[in-house]
Amino acid sequence: MSMREYKPKDNVQARAYYTDRFYVAPQLSKLSPNSDEIYNLDVIKLKENFEILDAYIQKDELVIYINSFDNLKILKFLRDDLTYGFLMEMSAVDFLAKRDGFEIFYEMLSQVKRKRIRVKTFLKKGLTIETVENLFRSANFAEREMFDMFGIQVNNHSFLKRIMMPDDWHGNPLLKTYPLQGDESAQWYEVDKIFGKDAREIIGPEIRDSARVDRYDTERFSRLGHEVSKGTDIYKSEPSNTAVQFQEKGGVFLIKNLNKPQKILTEKERRDR
Amino acid sequence: MAQHQVKFGNGLPVALTTVDKIVNWGRSNSLWALTYGLACCGIEMMASGASRYDFDRFGTIFRASPRQAEVMVIAGTLTKKHAEFIRRLYDQMAEPKWVISMGSCANTGGMFNTYSIVQGADRVIPVDLYLPGCAPRPETLQYAVMMLQKKIRREPANRNRNIPQKRFI
Ligand code: SF4
Repeated sequence: MSMREYKPKDNVQARAYYTDRFYVAPQLSKLSPNSDEIYNLDVIKLKENFEILDAYIQKDELVIYINSFDNLKILKFLRDDLTYGFLMEMSAVDFLAKRDGFEIFYEMLSQVKRKRIRVKTFLKKGLTIETVENLFRSANFAEREMFDMFGIQVNNHSFLKRIMMPDDWHGNPLLKTYPLQGDESAQWYEVDKIFGKDAREIIGPEIRDSARVDRYDTERFSRLGHEVSKGTDIYKSEPSNTAVQFQEKGGVFLIKNLNKPQKILTEKERRDR
Repeated sequence: MAQHQVKFGNGLPVALTTVDKIVNWGRSNSLWALTYGLACCGIEMMASGASRYDFDRFGTIFRASPRQAEVMVIAGTLTKKHAEFIRRLYDQMAEPKWVISMGSCANTGGMFNTYSIVQGADRVIPVDLYLPGCAPRPETLQYAVMMLQKKIRREPANRNRNIPQKRFI
């Protein structure tokens, strides 16, 4: 085994891991669906009833591409006739930059066949998709999340409302164009909401450097042993030493200062403990 | 008591220093904390309340209501969606009140340098003590409470006296 190549590690955290935010990972190799007996039968049955744009096996799992307006019918067929009775996961992937739309996927499990199918469909920007909430209750939250994170409208959903971000949030955070540290409204969100826009100047922008320490800032920092009350101006004079005080020193009722002499244990005593 | 300034304009000086002392003694030894576990740090906060670390011997009892609490231990990641509620709970606490910000997340946003996390709880409420660590161990929280007790004992009993107040925080 060879050693991993050495790379300098200073400032690793500050550097972005992916420099291209529209990077699309290369595809794994695809196999034809007739390399698996069960999947082959499924695909044949699906093709008899619906238009299947593409079907292949990737990493031992069948992937089928469908038209976005067929999603409800095909998922119903998969659930009732092909025993894929469990919608494990569904969401979308942002392909706005390269293909001007989203890829929506439904990950299904058949506990009878012990197989999984991924149903994918491409949705042009601005189009809407039909809800599958009536087939799978779990789709309710998943579709709300998709609406929240990507802004994809879902037709006939019973309660289409943001699920993670607050209702008055601007933008859809999982879009690849969304800045990691938030746009302007995100950066001032809590200040605007609690104190109003006027407070922006007083509170100031977010400090993104978490290691920042300002020793003259007595609002936020105090030095142990050199303490002053909050907000004192110490630019001109250094604060003098603050003596450590114990409550029990002066004598409080029933409380005694425990003044046990320190002792260093020998190796044997430490083992015996 | 030399550390208290004698002010004859304010009434009886001797009585006042004694009152300060008694009030602060009472306050500092019965810091009831608001249960405020927001993320993983909350687990350490609960551990400090449980029998092994036993916060009760400091007089710190966790209360589930802001009306009965005087110290708020912000233990965990404060999201922007939650910021208005932390402010509301803080406003509901009766004076005098103190805030301990526990863990990197509450101090500065910590590792969550992202759009949805408040970059330091002090953007929303005033914080008295910042407790570093991810997560700080229960001993650290105990130490923080002891530091807070010391701080309370040093303050005048009417704690807002002579302290300039900022308008927003
Ligand atoms: S500081 Fe660390 S342990 Fe505490 S809430 Fe944040 S991530 Fe969790």
